[in-house]
Parts: sequence; C-alpha cells; structure tokens
Amino acid sequence: MGKYKIIDDVAIADVAFEIYGKDVNGLFENAALAIFEQSADIRTIEGKKRESIALESDSLDTLLFDFLSELLYLKDAKQLLGKKSAVSITQSNKKYSLKAEIAGDTIDQRKHTLKSDIKAVTYHMFKVEKTKEGWAAFVVVDI
Amino acid sequence: MEQITPYIWEIPTSYKKGMRVPARIYASEKLLKDMDNGVFEQVTNVACLPGIQKYSFCMPDGHWGYGFPIGGVAAFDAEEGIISPGGIGFDINCGMRLVTTNLTYREVRPRLKELIDTLFKSVPAGVGCKGFVKVNKKEFTDVMLSGSSWCVEKGYGWKADIERTESYGRIDWADPSKVSEKAVSRGIDQLGTLGSGNHYLEAQVVHVKHIFDPETAKAFGIHTPEQVVIMVHCGSRGFGHQIGTDYLRVFEGVVKKYNIEVRDRELMCAPFRSTEGQDYYGAMACAANMAFANRQVILHRIREAFEKVFKTPAEKLEMNLVYDVAHNIAKVEEHEIDGKKKKVVVHRKGSTRAFPPGHPELCKLYRKAGQPIIIGGSMETGSHLLVGTEQAMRETFGSTAHGSGRTMSRAAAKKQVHGESLQKAMEKRGIYVRAVSMSGLAEEAGMAYKDVDEVIETVHNAGISKKVVKLIPCGNVKG
Repeated sequence: MGKYKIIDDVAIADVAFEIYGKDVNGLFENAALAIFEQSADIRTIEGKKRESIALESDSLDTLLFDFLSELLYLKDAKQLLGKKSAVSITQSNKKYSLKAEIAGDTIDQRKHTLKSDIKAVTYHMFKVEKTKEGWAAFVVVDI
Repeated sequence: MEQITPYIWEIPTSYKKGMRVPARIYASEKLLKDMDNGVFEQVTNVACLPGIQKYSFCMPDGHWGYGFPIGGVAAFDAEEGIISPGGIGFDINCGMRLVTTNLTYREVRPRLKELIDTLFKSVPAGVGCKGFVKVNKKEFTDVMLSGSSWCVEKGYGWKADIERTESYGRIDWADPSKVSEKAVSRGIDQLGTLGSGNHYLEAQVVHVKHIFDPETAKAFGIHTPEQVVIMVHCGSRGFGHQIGTDYLRVFEGVVKKYNIEVRDRELMCAPFRSTEGQDYYGAMACAANMAFANRQVILHRIREAFEKVFKTPAEKLEMNLVYDVAHNIAKVEEHEIDGKKKKVVVHRKGSTRAFPPGHPELCKLYRKAGQPIIIGGSMETGSHLLVGTEQAMRETFGSTAHGSGRTMSRAAAKKQVHGESLQKAMEKRGIYVRAVSMSGLAEEAGMAYKDVDEVIETVHNAGISKKVVKLIPCGNVKG
C-alpha cells in the first residue's frame, strides 16, 4: 500500500487521488502530501516555515474536506508551499477534532519547482472509508 | 438518445427517475461519440433540480466535470427554482478577454520573444504569484462592488473598456458582507495574476483565410490581414475559489432544511429566494467583479508591455478591448418560455453568453452586430471569435460553447509529452511559450483537447452563434 495514487481519466480537467493510510492520521497526512506534490516538487522545499491548523467537524469526511481546503487557503493567504504535515485527530461527543502542524516554505518561484495552482477540493466522488488494510479516501481537486 | 437535428441530441425524462425536463446535448455525431459517459449522467442529474426550465443543456465542448458537466447550461425559475455553486464552478467568472492591436505579424515577429518575455514578467502567473496592485481591505471591498470601474478610476484601463465587458464589468447585486474573511485574505494579493491550469495569455494572428465574416470582424476591430491580437483566460483566483468552497459547505447543511434531493454532493443547492441562496448570489457577484477587475488590470499590464517593447503609446497601437466574457457564472435574465417572458437564474458553467444583435444589454457599439463571443482553444491549435444569435436566445437561454474541451486527463497528457520538448517543438512551429511550470505546460498540450474547429462548426451550424474569425497562436504565457 503506497501513500496515494493519481487516478487517470476520472476527472478529465482536474486531478483525482486515491489516498491510503494505516490509520486516520496517516490518511490525512498522505492526503496533504498529495496536495503538496500536486503543487510543487517537494524536493525543492526546505520545510522551515511552520503553520498550525485546528479544525472541528461532525464527520471524518467533512473534516478531510475542510483540512485540505485549509491547505489551499494557506497557500494563497500565507504563501505556504507545504512539504509535510503531522496530523492528530481525536473524537469526543460525536465531534472530530483535528490539530495539524504543516512544514513548508514561503513560495519562491526562483527556488521552487512549481506545478499546479490547485483551485479547490471538490465533493466529486469524495469518499473516506475504513478498509481491510486501514483507511482510504477518494479526492478530486479542481485545477 | 434521440437525434432532434444534425446537432441536437435529446435524452428523455424516462432516462432517469426524477428528471423534470429532458436533457439536450449540442454536438456533431463525432463529438457526441467521443463524449464521456459522465457527461450524460451529469447533464441528466441537473435535469432533476427544482425549478429547471425547458432543458438541461450541454454544449459541444462538454466534458465530465463535478456537479454540472463542463459546458453545462441550465435556467431555473427565479421564484421557485434553485441556485447551485456546482453549476458555476469554483472559479467564479472565469472568462476570456480579447484585445486588438494595429500591428501585423510582420511587425511583431522580430520582437516576439522580447514581447512574450516582457509579458511573462509583467503578468504574474503560477502557484503563489502576487499581483502588482496593492490594495487594503477597504479598497478590496470597492473592487468587490465596482469591478472594472474601480480599475479604470485608478488608472488601470480606459473608459471605453467598461462597455466592452459583459455586464459592463460590474455586477450590481454584489454584497461584500456575505464574503468570508478567509476569501478576502486569499484573494487580496492576487489582482492582476493569471493563475495556472488552463489559464493563459496569448498573442495571436489573424490570417486572411480565417476571416469568415469580414463585416462583423470589422465591427469588432479586426480589419487587417495578419493583424496581431491578445487573448487572456483567467478568473477570480483564490478569492472566488474560497467563496465556492465556503458556500458548498453552507449549502450542504441546507438541502435537508429545504427538502431538496440532490444526486451528487457537488450539486448542493438552495432555493434562489432563500437566505442562503441570496447570500451566495451576493458573494458570487463579489467574486465575479474581482474577476472582471483581475482581467482589467492584466489588460493594463499588457498595454504597458506593448508600449515598452514597441515604444509607442497603447492608444496609437489601437489596443482596444474587443470584449470580455464570463463563462462560469449565474445571472438572473429574462427569457421567453412557452411564449411568456420569464425571469430565470441562468447557470453557465463552461458556457458563454451569446446575446444577439439588438439585445438591450449590449452597448451601442455592438447593438447592431451582436455580442462578441471569445472561445479559447488549446495553445497549439487556435481560438475563435464568434457572435451571438437570435437562435441562441430561443434555444439555449442565449448561451454557447466556451472552449475546445478536454479529451485527455492531465496525467495522461504528461505521460505522452514533456514540457521542455513541447516548448521546443512549439517554438519550431512559430509559437514562443514561456511557462512557470513545465509539467503544467505538458498538461495543456494540444492533443489533450478536442478539435476546436469541430466545436465551432457545431455551434455555427446549430445556429447558436456564428463564426467571425479564427485566431492562430504565435506566443503564449502560462502559469
């Protein structure tokens, strides 16, 4: 089981990811990685800039949607090009809480090998599910 | 599926439970055969939404999108119907702008590289690009309210640009109080930026053999063989994307409240007259105005680049805006339905407005000729300028195609071609390209798109717009 896979010919003008994780935290971290690697060659990112994310949601799938949307927000509002993330999700009273630390760089077109400026996370075929091996998600982003 | 005319195909309401109207696809036999099945599913899902009028349409450049198909057009009763962010797209008021010059290709060719390099520097593109216009929150609110007018007041454009923009570059139901702080901080630094994906700025040439309607071409400012024009494709950037994201989550919570059944989470919607529906409509207009302003500032930078390279004022170079069209938007318009005038919320997602000669919304300059329609093709094959028709008003709520439409996924395109080799091959063919992202360039290769001429022949022969000029690329700036 890899971290994620790009699924061809699902979203012609966009990009579809199938994402895997041993546990929910790993799933969210790999989903973030899919976003980071779609935005830039992460080997060109040092990872010295830090940002924190804290979110709450009623369900895991809306939590993932909000988390990934937050990464796109940070890219534009804080100029953060992510390299990796550390995610911790807890559940109490039917609410899921997420805390994440993102490591990346301030975007520098001379230094970084850039790819796509992702517009948004879509709900198209969006899915988070428990599998035999752990967890899986399906996410299509608008390019 | 029933063939209605050589270019119209109908899927009846019996195809799917819940369809309120049939779906109609505008396509030649070849384009229809090549359309993915997702288009048929999505266009019929739209046909199930409350208040939909006449038909759920898909244009010939249609392909599988999210929620609505790309190329989707649907009009909903303004009193009883819905509004859906999935029928507009995250890139609210993504659109096209076409600018003339009085330079010919012979004059531009010796300086083409210098010109494209200058444009590449003056119009920021790619991930994380910031615009040169610095605004504070108050000024950004003015942008949300005034669109292109704000730019012209600040010196980023000419007065005449305003009337040559759809809705005069300003949608007057914009309500900044319905826009999140997040959307503002995402977009405030991005005025005058292209973005990436299929967005571009392109120098193009008009060959004599490609002027199909000389009289209309002249009315639009295209009059000289080998004349060079500039085309821009971009939208509302992170600002619009965040508004789309915010309201998708809002609407997710309200479909139950209003007892609306949707077949796809991307079709989340609210009654147009509900508080949530009106809030989104007001926020969407802010994004639309930001997009008009974004393209207006870019036009200003293009004029500056030409002035620098050709050492001549832009006025003398006759750098007039032909038109600016939105192709991801929803608007209340009046259309004739069953013999009666009715107000409907027309959603165009990857579709261009195509108003006919004489339409009261058009400025005096184009009242006689009709509305210019700008269709961007792939960066290798060419683009088109068309004009709106009465038939589009009668048949498709005054709507037509918006581009050539993709046929190949981004991943598949990258497997077939590398950015660097594509750039070299294009240069050999006389198209000089500058791109921030080489992988992004490969994703936009011409082979990933449908044949734009087939799309144009379809809308022309179907009568929902008429060919005026085909434009051939000679230089391109990409994100």
